[in-house]
Amino acid sequence: MAFRWKNDLTEAAVTPEHIYMNRRQWIAGAAAGLGLAGMGGTARAKEGALQPNEWDDITSYNNYYEFGTGKDDPARYADRLTTQPWTVKIDGMVERPADYTVEDIMAKMTIEDRLYRFRCVEAWSMVVPWNGFELADLLNMAGVQSGAKYVAFETALRPDEMPGVQFPVLDWPYVEGLRLDEAMHPLTIMTTGIYGRDIPNQNGAPLRLVVPWKYGFKSIKSIVRITLTDQEPPTSWNKANPREYGFYSNVNPTVDHPRWSQATERQIGGGLFAPRIPTKMFNGYEAEVASLYDGMDLTKNF
Amino acid sequence: MLVDRFNTLARRIPTAALYILCALPAPWLFYLGVTGGLGAEPIKALERELGEIALQLVVAGLAITPLRRFLGVNLLKFRRALGLMAFFYVSVHLSVWLFLDVQIAAQIWADIIKRPYVTIGMVGFLMMIPLALTSNNYSVRKLGQKWRRLHKLTYVVAILGAIHFIWLSKGFQLEPLIYLSVILGLLAFRIRPQRRKQAA
Repeated sequence: MAFRWKNDLTEAAVTPEHIYMNRRQWIAGAAAGLGLAGMGGTARAKEGALQPNEWDDITSYNNYYEFGTGKDDPARYADRLTTQPWTVKIDGMVERPADYTVEDIMAKMTIEDRLYRFRCVEAWSMVVPWNGFELADLLNMAGVQSGAKYVAFETALRPDEMPGVQFPVLDWPYVEGLRLDEAMHPLTIMTTGIYGRDIPNQNGAPLRLVVPWKYGFKSIKSIVRITLTDQEPPTSWNKANPREYGFYSNVNPTVDHPRWSQATERQIGGGLFAPRIPTKMFNGYEAEVASLYDGMDLTKNF
Repeated sequence: MLVDRFNTLARRIPTAALYILCALPAPWLFYLGVTGGLGAEPIKALERELGEIALQLVVAGLAITPLRRFLGVNLLKFRRALGLMAFFYVSVHLSVWLFLDVQIAAQIWADIIKRPYVTIGMVGFLMMIPLALTSNNYSVRKLGQKWRRLHKLTYVVAILGAIHFIWLSKGFQLEPLIYLSVILGLLAFRIRPQRRKQAA
C-alpha cells in the first residue's frame, strides 16, 4: 500500500513537471539517457517549502567509506561497483525468504517522490528529492513473522570493487538496523532514484534505505541482505564507537555528539559563507515519529 | 658528491623564495573555495586543507635536523621559514574554524573546553605563539640556550597536531596515523645518536 504518507513539504511544484517522466519508462531504465543533469538548479520551491539541493551537491559530497573516507572518494571510485545483476537476500523471521532480484522487487513496488531533509551526524544537511517505495511494502512482500522485532540490513562487501575496505575503518561489511515499527513507518523508504534519475552508485545504488528522522549513516547503502530478527541487531558505527553512535541515532539538537554540538547544522551548497541553521528535533519529522519513542529517555537511547 | 652540489644549490636559494612559495596555497585555496573548486562544502574542505598544510610544514621542519645529521643535507637556513609558515597556516585554519565554521560566539568557548580534539588543537596553537614571537635573530641572541630549550616545544606541538587530526577523524583512518608515525619517527632520530655517544 503506497502513498500512506502525504508529503506536504514538496508543494508538488518543486521540480518542474517536464523532468518527471513516465514511471514505467523510468523503471525500465530509460531515465539514464534523458539528459536531466542540472535540473536541480532550475527547481523552484514555493515560499516556505523545502528547496532541494542540486544534483551535483547530492552526488559529489558523500560518505561511503567502502570507497574511501574523503567526501569526493565515493564519486571518484563508486563507478567500479557492479549493480547489475543485483539481488537482495531477505531472510530470518519472514514467510517467504528468498534472494529477490531488484527487477522482481521493482515490479511489485510503487515508486513515489519523497522530498526529505537529510541530516548527517557530522552536522551538515541537504534536502534530497528521493524516489523510492516504502520499506513496509517490501517487508510485507516477504511476509513478516509475528515474533519479529527488528530489521537488520547489510551492505555489499566487494574488495575488488571497493578500494576503501582494504583498511579497517569499520568492521566490514557495513551493517545497520531498525526496530520493526521504525522500519514499517511510512516515512521509511527504500530509494532507487534521485530527481527521477537512477540513484548513482555513490549514493547507494541500486537500493538504499532512507530514514529521514535519523542521522544519515542509518540510511544504509547498496543493500544485499535484509534480515528480520527478534534481537537488536549490531550496527557498524555503534560497534566502532558506542559512546558516540547509538542504535537509534535520531536527529536530536539537544543531545550532542561527544565531539561536536548537534544544535545547529550547515546546509550543503551554501558556499564559503553559508550560515548555520538550527537543527530540528527528529530532523523536522517530530509530528510523524515522536510517538515511536514515547516513554524513552532519548539521552540514554541516543 | 651529490649532497655537496645539493647544499651549494640550497645556499643560493634565498629564504624569501620559500616564504613566497609556502604562502601561495592560502590565497589559492580561498579562491577555489569562493569559486566552487573545493566541492559542495568549501568550509570543511578549506579547514582541512589548511590544517594539513600546517602539519606538513611542521613535519618538514622536523626533518631538517635528521637530514643534516644522517645525510649531510643542510637546509637549516629554511627552518625558521617553515616554522613561521606553519604558524601562519595554523592561524588561518583556526580563523576559518572560528569565523566560517562555528560562527556562533557562545559555541566557540563551549567547543574549546568540551571537545578534547578542539582543546588539543587550541593548546597546540597557543604553544606556537611564543615560538613564532621568538623566531627572529634578536630573540635567538638574547635568549641563547633558553631559546633552544623553548623551541623544543615544537616536538610537543607536532604530536598535538597529529593527535588533533586523529581525534577529529571519524572511524579508524589511515592518513592521520601516518602523520603521527612520521612525526614520532623524526623525533626518534633525535634520541638515537645521543645513546650511541654514551655507548662509545
